[in-house]
Amino acid sequence: MSSIAQKSGFGATVWDFMTTVDHKKIAILYLAAGGFFFLLGGIEAMIIRIQLFVPDSGFVSAGLFNEMLTMHGVTMIFLAAMPILIGFMNLVMPLQIGARDVAFPFLNSLGFWLFFFGGLLLNLSWFLGGAPDAGWTSYASLSLNSQTHGIDFYALGLQISGFGTLMGGINFLVTIINMRAPGMTYMRMPMFTWTTFVASALILFAFPPLTVGLFLLTFDRMFGANFFNVAAGGNTIIWEHFFWIFGHPEVYILILPAFGLFSEIFSTFSRKRLFGYSSMVFATVLIGFLGFMVWAHHMFTVGLGNIANAIFAVASFAIGVPTGIKIFNWLFTMWGGNIKFTTPMLYAAAFIPSFVMGGVTGIMVATAPADYQFHDTYFVVAHFHYVIVGGVVLAILAATHFYWPKAFGTMLNETLGKITFVLFVVGFHLTFFIQHFLGLMGMPRRIATYLPGQGLDTGNLISSIGAILMALGVIVLLINIVMTSVKNVKVGNDPWGDGRTLEWALPSPPPFYNFKQLPFVRGIDTYWIEKMEGREGITPAEPLGDIHMPNGSILPVFISFGFFVAAFGCIYRTEQPWGLAVLIIGLVIAFGSMLLRSLKDDHGFHIPKSELMSDKDKGVRA
Amino acid sequence: MENQQINSGNARVDYEYRRRRNAEEMRHQVISFAISIFLTLVAFGAVLAGFDKWFVIPFILLLAVVQVIFQLYYFMHMSNKGHEAPQLFIYGGVIVGFATLLCFLTIVWI
Amino acid sequence: MHVEEQFTPKTWPEAPEKATLEGKNKFLGFWFFLGGETVLFASFFATYLALKDKVPKQGDLVSTDLFELPLAFIMTMVLLTSSITSVYAMYHMKNYHFKKMQAWLLITVLLGLTFLGFEIYEFYHYTHGLGFGYTHSAFSSAFYTLVGFHGGHVVFGLGWITALMVRNSKRGLSLYNAPKFYIASLYWHFIDVVWVFIFTVVYLMGMV
Repeated sequence: MSSIAQKSGFGATVWDFMTTVDHKKIAILYLAAGGFFFLLGGIEAMIIRIQLFVPDSGFVSAGLFNEMLTMHGVTMIFLAAMPILIGFMNLVMPLQIGARDVAFPFLNSLGFWLFFFGGLLLNLSWFLGGAPDAGWTSYASLSLNSQTHGIDFYALGLQISGFGTLMGGINFLVTIINMRAPGMTYMRMPMFTWTTFVASALILFAFPPLTVGLFLLTFDRMFGANFFNVAAGGNTIIWEHFFWIFGHPEVYILILPAFGLFSEIFSTFSRKRLFGYSSMVFATVLIGFLGFMVWAHHMFTVGLGNIANAIFAVASFAIGVPTGIKIFNWLFTMWGGNIKFTTPMLYAAAFIPSFVMGGVTGIMVATAPADYQFHDTYFVVAHFHYVIVGGVVLAILAATHFYWPKAFGTMLNETLGKITFVLFVVGFHLTFFIQHFLGLMGMPRRIATYLPGQGLDTGNLISSIGAILMALGVIVLLINIVMTSVKNVKVGNDPWGDGRTLEWALPSPPPFYNFKQLPFVRGIDTYWIEKMEGREGITPAEPLGDIHMPNGSILPVFISFGFFVAAFGCIYRTEQPWGLAVLIIGLVIAFGSMLLRSLKDDHGFHIPKSELMSDKDKGVRA
Repeated sequence: MENQQINSGNARVDYEYRRRRNAEEMRHQVISFAISIFLTLVAFGAVLAGFDKWFVIPFILLLAVVQVIFQLYYFMHMSNKGHEAPQLFIYGGVIVGFATLLCFLTIVWI
Repeated sequence: MHVEEQFTPKTWPEAPEKATLEGKNKFLGFWFFLGGETVLFASFFATYLALKDKVPKQGDLVSTDLFELPLAFIMTMVLLTSSITSVYAMYHMKNYHFKKMQAWLLITVLLGLTFLGFEIYEFYHYTHGLGFGYTHSAFSSAFYTLVGFHGGHVVFGLGWITALMVRNSKRGLSLYNAPKFYIASLYWHFIDVVWVFIFTVVYLMGMV
């Protein structure tokens, strides 16, 4: 398949995106799907805040409220934050290490389609009897007794999505270890690549416990097993342990790439290299390791005993140390730098105090005896929204601006970006700061309404107004995106002007093979080194030659679709006559497609040298 | 051992060396197999002999760990050069797995 | 080195499974996958140990009522032998002897099928003979899930190796399919490693 002869037109574009194995196009798919689910999760949040606007509200029923709060959590974490971050890792990391694609392009595509069909399955529950309603944590005794099929959709939807994420993690690990350009030692990799590496290791080790927990839940609900059935000798704490052995590393999987993105943004817009690179790498690895040792701090009030509580409390305090190292390193990066407050830099500046606030309330809830007061109140809700919104979401908004040109070849409007920034950040603090006090005054989590005259009225009112501001900020961002796409003004390879790392040496967007010649890396901030020496591009590490690229394939869509179909069979097996047949057919489609993939030899194709010499750097058709 | 550059300049000598080296590795693996059978027999024997369970349980677990180490290092070539990253990640998995096991043996029943 | 190149035993590379970039990637990626599987199986073992002998009432079937050591011993020997036969297959792959490799892989598959046969008999005996079904108790759910997942992995592994043998029967060995055979054999060894812990923790500890 030649790069030059491509059909144009809507149908051809759709087919191209369905069969692509190009990491940049897959990144766009992740960003688009994740963006869509972010809007969905935002609507669910708005419904929650409207319900809690005033006491004794009847805006939604209690049952529907439970579904909203469950789906808000599940959607935001699994279907919005993770895919968007994976999208950025897919887009940027191979460019930063000087590779032409990831190690397993076919698996990359499969990972996306599994995520997509898993998310679709989960959201179909809204129309098929009811969404899951036992919280995003779906604790076993409650979730076992949920009357609709919502929890079944939860278990199977997350299971399918989870397989996709696990594949992505392995893919990134192998890419970073095996496919760095010549001269790129581990300690010359950009920080975002390092955080991708550690987050991928966390994915590898944290998703299996979730897989096991979801299997146990599936077997209990759909196959009559007794893992969580106390009457038959089962134990519900098992679910909690598995969920949090996954769940705590999960939040580090979210925050580490966010930290990596901010590291790039801080150094780029301070026009200064990242302060304390080695300690940043060390801190990242330490956070990754300690992230596995603290999970029971979500279970202080379960009754595990004082010794267990003490151990996990101390380990949780310890994680604050490497995080603090990172905060100081970012501040020292800015100090003495020539700072330019572009939209990404504004988000980065707002991130520092917001995330630190979330971090210090984290220390408060990590104090086991104090947590007996905070647990299951809005204090915890305030804490985690401060770290997730203040950390992950601000990073995503910043990176959307920062990497938009690299993905699409255009630049988002700076003025609209700054308007979004003000609306969103003010709205965020308005929504969640007051929730600390609501929690301290005793407002429990996950309640559908509250009585008037309890001292909770004003706080909830303010919080809901803040939510409206955040929604307005997002709407302005959408307008920005539409306007930019319509105007379609193309930019060059380094539109911010201050790019330091390899991705900024390539055209925006890069040609599908990324590098005509693999680059020769001479130090940290490779592109910056070349710029300081007055060169236009990067020193090549090899002569111009044929480039070997992978073929596209439609099979990932079929494999994922097969599992999607099988899930329906599994859910309706006991109550519909077609259940078992559909389960088997779905598995046949999935495994049959895998077999089809293995039976054919697929050697990819070569771009001949002649095409590269005459080619004027065609961009990715997005 | 796997990735060593074998280059004596003489193709026949290289080939002979490789054949012998492969044969030697095969011998190591057959010895590992024999040791695995032996360890299995000892484990079954310990249980059938009816020793006190406070001795037998740690003992057979230890035998299992030793057997697995032989299988990992010899059958799966983890002892060979070029296996640093696999070793790191298998031990990483072992650490996380061990924490999970420890948790389920201690803080699952209130 | 082009993947479709024809070789002789003398020109066949050192480590054929890692002679291409794709081979190196598959090698590393698969070891990482095994790292994740280690955590997966550790989690199933943890669940089993937490729910061992946890039954609704006194007198329900527990481990001492069920397991027979002679059967467990035979199954162990069969699987362990299948592991060494796959090592022989890889030895022949390194020496570029395609037909011998196929022969040893066939023996591996036959031994694996034997193992499965014994396991199916065992499960049938428990469910139909002793009334120890999946939904019987928390202990039964945990037992069947742990041992069953291992059995499922055995089924998948046998299908994988068979598919490779059939697929490559006319193609012979090349640098494209050498990594495929290698990682299938790594998978097979890993299944045996898990079984070592299963026979120790489930069957032996169950009879103590």
